[in-house]
Amino acid sequence: MYKIVQAKELTTNIYLMVVEAKRVAKSCQPGQFVIVRTDEEGERIPLTICDYDRDKGFVTIVFQTVGAATQKMAWLKEGDAFHDFVGPLGCPSEFVTQDIDTLKKKRMLFVAGGVGTAPVYPQVKWLHEQGIEADVIVGAKTKDLLILEKEMEEVAGNLYVTTDDGSYGRSGMVTQTIKDLVDEGKNYDTCVAIGPMIMMKFVCKMTKELKIPTIVSLNPIMVDGTGMCGACRVTVGGEVKFACVDGPEFDGHQVDFDQAMKRQQIYKTEEGRAFLRAKEGNTHHGGCGNCTDGGKE
Amino acid sequence: MMDVLKKVPVREQDAKVRAANFEEVCLGYNKEEAMEEAARCINCKNAQCIKGCPVSINIPGFIEKVKDGDIEAAYQIISEDSSLPAVCGRVCPQESQCEGKCIRGIKGEPVSIGKLERFAADWARENGIKPAGAKEKKGKKVAVIGSGPAGLTCAGDLARMGYDVTIFEALHEAGGVLVYGIPEFRLPKQAVVEKEIENVKSLGVKIETNVVIGKSVTIDELMKEEGFDAVFIGSGAGLPKFMGIPGEQANGVFSANEYLTRSNLMKAFRTDCETPIMRGKKVAVVGGGNVAMDAARTALRLGAEVHIVYRRSEEELPARVEEVHHAKEEGIIFDLLTNPVEILTDENAWVCGMKCIRMELGEPDASGRRRPVEVPGSEFTMDVDTVIMSLGTSPNPLISSTTEGLEVNKWKCIIADEEHGRTTKEGVYAGGDAVTGAATVILAMGAGKAAAKGIDEYLS
Repeated sequence: MYKIVQAKELTTNIYLMVVEAKRVAKSCQPGQFVIVRTDEEGERIPLTICDYDRDKGFVTIVFQTVGAATQKMAWLKEGDAFHDFVGPLGCPSEFVTQDIDTLKKKRMLFVAGGVGTAPVYPQVKWLHEQGIEADVIVGAKTKDLLILEKEMEEVAGNLYVTTDDGSYGRSGMVTQTIKDLVDEGKNYDTCVAIGPMIMMKFVCKMTKELKIPTIVSLNPIMVDGTGMCGACRVTVGGEVKFACVDGPEFDGHQVDFDQAMKRQQIYKTEEGRAFLRAKEGNTHHGGCGNCTDGGKE
Repeated sequence: MMDVLKKVPVREQDAKVRAANFEEVCLGYNKEEAMEEAARCINCKNAQCIKGCPVSINIPGFIEKVKDGDIEAAYQIISEDSSLPAVCGRVCPQESQCEGKCIRGIKGEPVSIGKLERFAADWARENGIKPAGAKEKKGKKVAVIGSGPAGLTCAGDLARMGYDVTIFEALHEAGGVLVYGIPEFRLPKQAVVEKEIENVKSLGVKIETNVVIGKSVTIDELMKEEGFDAVFIGSGAGLPKFMGIPGEQANGVFSANEYLTRSNLMKAFRTDCETPIMRGKKVAVVGGGNVAMDAARTALRLGAEVHIVYRRSEEELPARVEEVHHAKEEGIIFDLLTNPVEILTDENAWVCGMKCIRMELGEPDASGRRRPVEVPGSEFTMDVDTVIMSLGTSPNPLISSTTEGLEVNKWKCIIADEEHGRTTKEGVYAGGDAVTGAATVILAMGAGKAAAKGIDEYLS
């Protein structure tokens, strides 16, 4: 069992938990993820690592409730425990293994959307600890849904917040802010974008035009997370890759987002649910990421 | 009067009934049946069956005890050489191993060694008999990576020799392919697998789940920082293969690994578990091995019409004869000499059919099997909504890529000598699918056993 030492709701439906997981805390790097399970009947849920404390053996995760399994996670309190917590999985962000002096010369831009702010944070923090200040754009639907602003401010070179409805910071989508920054004379050698698939797709479209190489972090459907099931396969540059072992970060300009988005819907969207309902009748039993009552819809 | 040339028949669940449930297919012998079958063994002096067993169980020895009705003694004889008798009695290909060598089989049917082993193991479990443990401790630590058949066997043997053994398992549950791969109806998880693992634990073996070696901790760290004197790698061959045909990334195309893991490990077939599984109406399983049969029979039980699509003929099916027989009995349709060329999708990227081509057998290839060649112009479309690819697996590079000095061959299999399981790195041994590529449970157990001996020699 993996004890939850801190649990709080960051904003509506987005939760932060600090979990005691010594082996993960000791070896994890920015860009990697964990898989958690609430109880014996639970689904295996992949979550990107948000922060870690090697000395204390703590790992921080941030998640949004999207269905039955994550809702069950959200009900856990400080002092409770996860049944399973495995990791770190996937490859660390590329820059972790790069030469620091070369990195220092790079102008880096991070683009975070919604709950994607959480996995961006350890990357920016890591760079900050190496003396590298990166620019960060954080986008949220509205002011209330913004997370980790203070934390990000502490580690980012410049932080640009934008809200879709203009209720806080700049107004509009993150792509608008990217364009504005470049128009204002900013130059970037590399961009890292993490957020909803649709956001990453449009960020990549924009950065391709602006000729900024862009890394994205994919979070497709997974079961084991160690390369065994192949559920997480994505097409990158015409080749089939497994996000769990080859990723989760990929060259965003090479990712087939349309396919990836469709694959994400297998157990998820209205269409998928209708499809499954038609196929399964009343046997559909949750875990689809949408039926909050455990599937008895 | 019994016919001594024939096996005592084993009771099975009726094919029509079992096609709709996940209960075990084979019901096994009771004591009377087992004793009657055991009496067919002629107790050869130079027992060929032992030579056919990858873990060299004293087969005539245990069968004699069954014949006498001393089942506990029979179990202890098996336990000297096997940590997983209830598993082996169910999933070993006995027809090509012990039973294939049985003298009785020359004129008539061989002794039903597998079913007798299963009976002895089941009886011991039901009567609370545990395997005998080590008499004295060696004071040395061995790490075993992977809790599948190779790892459990190696760990069990080392613990019996007195080593302090810890198994590291990447998944949340111990058992490897026994829990994620082989379905409930062939190998019950709670009743059989869990109990066999408890027996291994009762020998003093510790199991740490949720540890991915190469990610959570490396082999070098285990040896340098955590004080392990030797390491056995039994990490299996987990990476699924795909065909590389158009449409393979469509929704509704799964690897057999994914499909079986959802059903077996995650219990998606049960209504009280969260993990979903797609219940297709018409499912094509591509491939002809044991895993293909398992996937097909699982899909059938989830309510689908199921087709096995295999490019060679029935004779070349790599699956065990018993599995093919069971599959046919249950109503699986075999589309042989057929090969998929494209998976068709609807506008939302869901599978809506599979284009196939007919094959015929040509000249034998390097494997000695006749090579299937396409029949020109024979393309046709199968109406399916789900495709399960069961084309074999290859070893996971997670460990080999993070362990310095551990060499692999061109198929990414870890190089290890057969006799001792010794790898190219000192103190590190390996066996099972991680070394051979996908093979059987019992061969992995044989390799685990050989490596336990190798490790014991190395540490003595």
